[in-house]
Amino acid sequence: MLDAKSKSFTTADGRTIGPVVMEMRNITLRFGGVVAIKDISFDIREGEIRAIIGPNGAGKSSMLNVISGFYNPQEGEVIYRGAKRPPMRPYQVARQGIARTFQNIALFDGMSVLDNIMTGRLNHMKASIFDQAFWWGRAQREEVENRRKAEEVIDFLQIQNIRKTPVGRLPYGLKKRVELARALVAEPSILLLDEPMAGMNVEEKEDMSRFILDVNDEFGTTIVLIEHDMGVVMDLSDRVVVMDYGRKIGDGTPDEVRRNQEVIDAYLGVAHD
Amino acid sequence: MFYREAGDYKTSYAADSQTFPIAFDRFRYYAVLLIGVGIIPFILNDYWANAILIPFLIYAIAAIGLNILTGYCGQVSLGTGGFMAVGAFTSYKLMTAFPWMDMVTITLLSGAMTAVVGLAFGLPSLRIKGFYLAVATLAAQFFLVWLFNKVPWFYNYSASGQINAPERFLFGQALTGPNADSWVKYLFCFAFVFVLAWVARNLTRGAMGRQWMAIRDMDIAAEIIGVNPLKAKLTAFAVSSFYVGIAGALLFTVYLGAAEVGEAYGIQKSFLVLFMIIIGGLGSLFGSFAGAAFMVLLPVALKVLLVDTMGWNTALATHFQFVIVGGLIMVFLIAEPHGLARLWALAKEKLRLWPFPH
Repeated sequence: MLDAKSKSFTTADGRTIGPVVMEMRNITLRFGGVVAIKDISFDIREGEIRAIIGPNGAGKSSMLNVISGFYNPQEGEVIYRGAKRPPMRPYQVARQGIARTFQNIALFDGMSVLDNIMTGRLNHMKASIFDQAFWWGRAQREEVENRRKAEEVIDFLQIQNIRKTPVGRLPYGLKKRVELARALVAEPSILLLDEPMAGMNVEEKEDMSRFILDVNDEFGTTIVLIEHDMGVVMDLSDRVVVMDYGRKIGDGTPDEVRRNQEVIDAYLGVAHD
Repeated sequence: MFYREAGDYKTSYAADSQTFPIAFDRFRYYAVLLIGVGIIPFILNDYWANAILIPFLIYAIAAIGLNILTGYCGQVSLGTGGFMAVGAFTSYKLMTAFPWMDMVTITLLSGAMTAVVGLAFGLPSLRIKGFYLAVATLAAQFFLVWLFNKVPWFYNYSASGQINAPERFLFGQALTGPNADSWVKYLFCFAFVFVLAWVARNLTRGAMGRQWMAIRDMDIAAEIIGVNPLKAKLTAFAVSSFYVGIAGALLFTVYLGAAEVGEAYGIQKSFLVLFMIIIGGLGSLFGSFAGAAFMVLLPVALKVLLVDTMGWNTALATHFQFVIVGGLIMVFLIAEPHGLARLWALAKEKLRLWPFPH
């Protein structure tokens, strides 16, 4: 089922997983003497939900930061859509169709929910500053077109009633959802979610899980996910990468990973004798 | 009572994103415009024009400019006075070098020149923020004033080091110089305020404004979702300086008529405009107007109250003004960091339900 060479395959629940869209090759990331990521390789296939798990400090978020261009690794390369990606700034990565959410909510507190979501559409707005200054032609047209798209996402995530509320006033769970909306509205081909369910109660987690599955299902978005709740990870994801101390110790379907002795050791600890 | 949203339904996204979505607001805005153009010019006397209305309009432009940079994009600037001086000296050089040029073009070119200078001094913002950036812009303030003092070419080698606005006409009416009527000056400033405020509103409600605010609220997240920080910060500096430069040019050509750079465009100017946006409201266009009105009216009101009514001597009243302004800034920073604009918004929110809050 998970032959690396195969073009595409169908999962048990009938979704089609496409060919490899992004590949990490021998990524090593150092901060001074600290090795955060050590020689890690894995791939991400079109349309799958790929989880990255591991104990605290394993380097999961650093990995996500490498993918989103926030860190440039010292060694190794990122292959995106068949070509090696040169070192680039995060906003350039965003323009290639990679969107993300953050572990600690990183919304724009002074802006309304709608403005936050519209900011996610920036890459689709090309009007010149002069068009914008006079609210003329392209600027006006783009505003309405992108608003339509933003409203679709608002509908999808069921946040219509807080559209005009300043984000600073919202409760935690809703903020997480707005952040997802902001990432989603960019129509990314890869969506990176850094602990989308951290600090949520069971009900909120269920909601969020459903949204993630719906996003994947309806828009065919590839999702890379970091999460600590094992139940969620095992239920949602198609394949899982397990990291520990910056190394990759497991990679495969949830079942394979669950049986992997190294993974069990990392999570439960080993007796040293 | 009159302030109602009920029944005011929007059927298109364009209608929903307009500047004044509530009908009452819209009509009030038209009423202000009508009074500003149709009534005030006819009843205007020199005292009102020179003490209140013209400085209010000019400082409103400067406050909008600084608000774009500080309030919307989050980059603190203490160089406003220096940038205003760039506008003033550009207009002076243009007026004397090209006597045939009309004042609208001169004023716009002064703004453009200031935008270029502002862009150059905005470059450090890519590396430093907060207090450190404020210090860098402070360097701009002192450097520019020093430059205009030191290089005689800027003031055409006049003995006093002053610049004097020669007489220029617009549509046959004297606009600058000693013979200009105050209603002409007033309408000229009013036109600039009207257009510039409208442009500022368009910029801040659209994609550009969202980029600025994203940088202000969380620059790292902004970059990761696709905002180019270089472009966002530099456009904010350029647009802001454009406004400030126009304000500086108008202050010199239309209002003062003659200026000595250290006096008219010193560090006090930078602080004055900064106080305007702090008291008026950071990140709000209405706040720019409210702050400008407040800071222009305060000395006048205090003079009327303390000197004319209570018989204090003028020097004491002037010093008392410093105490009041300082106290107010502290009060606003602690109690209402969003300034008069927030108080206004709160009042409007209450009025929506008044008199039946339940």
